[in-house]
Amino acid sequence: MDNKTRDLEVEFQARIDSGENIEAKDWMPEKYRKTHIRQISQHAHSEVIGMLPEGNWITRAPSLRRKVALLAKVQDEAGHGLYLYSAAETLGISRDQLMEQLNSGKAKYSSIFNYPTVTWADIGAVGWLVDGAAIINQVMLTKTSYGPYARAMVRICKEESFHQRQGYEIMLTLCNGTEVQKAMAQDALNRWWWPSMMMFGPRDEDSPNTEQSMKWKIKKKTNDELRQQFVDQTVPQAEILGLTVPDPDLKWNEKTGHYDFGELDWEEFWNVVKGNGLCNKKRLADRNKAWDEGAWVREAATVHAEKKANRRLNKAV
Amino acid sequence: MNKEWPIWEIFIRSKNGLEHRHAGSLHAADAEMAIQNARDVYTRRQEGVSLWVVESKHITASNPEKNGELFEPAADKVYRHPTFYTLPDEIKHM
Repeated sequence: MDNKTRDLEVEFQARIDSGENIEAKDWMPEKYRKTHIRQISQHAHSEVIGMLPEGNWITRAPSLRRKVALLAKVQDEAGHGLYLYSAAETLGISRDQLMEQLNSGKAKYSSIFNYPTVTWADIGAVGWLVDGAAIINQVMLTKTSYGPYARAMVRICKEESFHQRQGYEIMLTLCNGTEVQKAMAQDALNRWWWPSMMMFGPRDEDSPNTEQSMKWKIKKKTNDELRQQFVDQTVPQAEILGLTVPDPDLKWNEKTGHYDFGELDWEEFWNVVKGNGLCNKKRLADRNKAWDEGAWVREAATVHAEKKANRRLNKAV
Repeated sequence: MNKEWPIWEIFIRSKNGLEHRHAGSLHAADAEMAIQNARDVYTRRQEGVSLWVVESKHITASNPEKNGELFEPAADKVYRHPTFYTLPDEIKHM
């Protein structure tokens, strides 16, 4: 590293330390730029892939009220993906490159969406647990150091809380229903609890990027801190539903003021990350199908826009 | 043919009497489509009563490396602020 770059990096870190935001045209270390492109695009891809397991239930929602809510939620996820792609593009990557990385499987997205939504209760559990976990992460990110990312997060957080509430309401309705309906809710919690816990990523000691991310204020809390926060706020919500969290080691700890909980199945975690989850292949195939089948629409819109522009030009002459 | 739609910057007036504010950006084939997309992406919850769309390439931004020469000269001109001027306490409405 030459002296000039070193000076710039010292100055950059001082700006971060003083709580200043970094904006698109500011000088930034190459690694800060790359880390952000990776993180923001993974986040955007998660919103986009996240539409698939929920879209699965739109046509089969049990009432019109549930259907409009789910449609609105899925439309929000599309919007969130778009906010985030735009934020990533401020760092000098194109939308087409981002799409290519997703569709080719080169880019990652949150593993949680590689689990199937097999019953209607899963839509409740996804809203309650998956959006609940996402909100914890996203609230932290509204204070992240990169301005365009932080602003996208503020917009997303405002919209996200309806998502969690509609999910919890689905669970509540099932739990106040018949024995079979309550069993369906319990089954959904059993299947979604651990994958939701995994959303916060590896344990701190296995997360080599955490230190740098904290230093650059990309993250303000570690994976384990966020996971603990999720457990502490979600367990009482399960109690209100009358459901049992599927963790025999779960216990309130008077001394720490937090819940103790059991070890996650890290083998499963890494297995899904590596592409061997239940739905990894289906999600990517569906995504590619949508992209390929939309190609003619994108082309037609471009040609139509050119035609209209030419017509205006000819009129002017 | 593989051509990416251009990027547009979206500005929203949240209600009459307030200015348009930058909300974010999106891709669209032309201005008309940018308005339609902006409506779907940025005003799903009554966030606005008016939209402006500007193709991003038409915006000229100042260079942050020149921030010193651009903005620092204002820093030592305290006399441009009312508090610079000392008046007796009994003076009202000034």
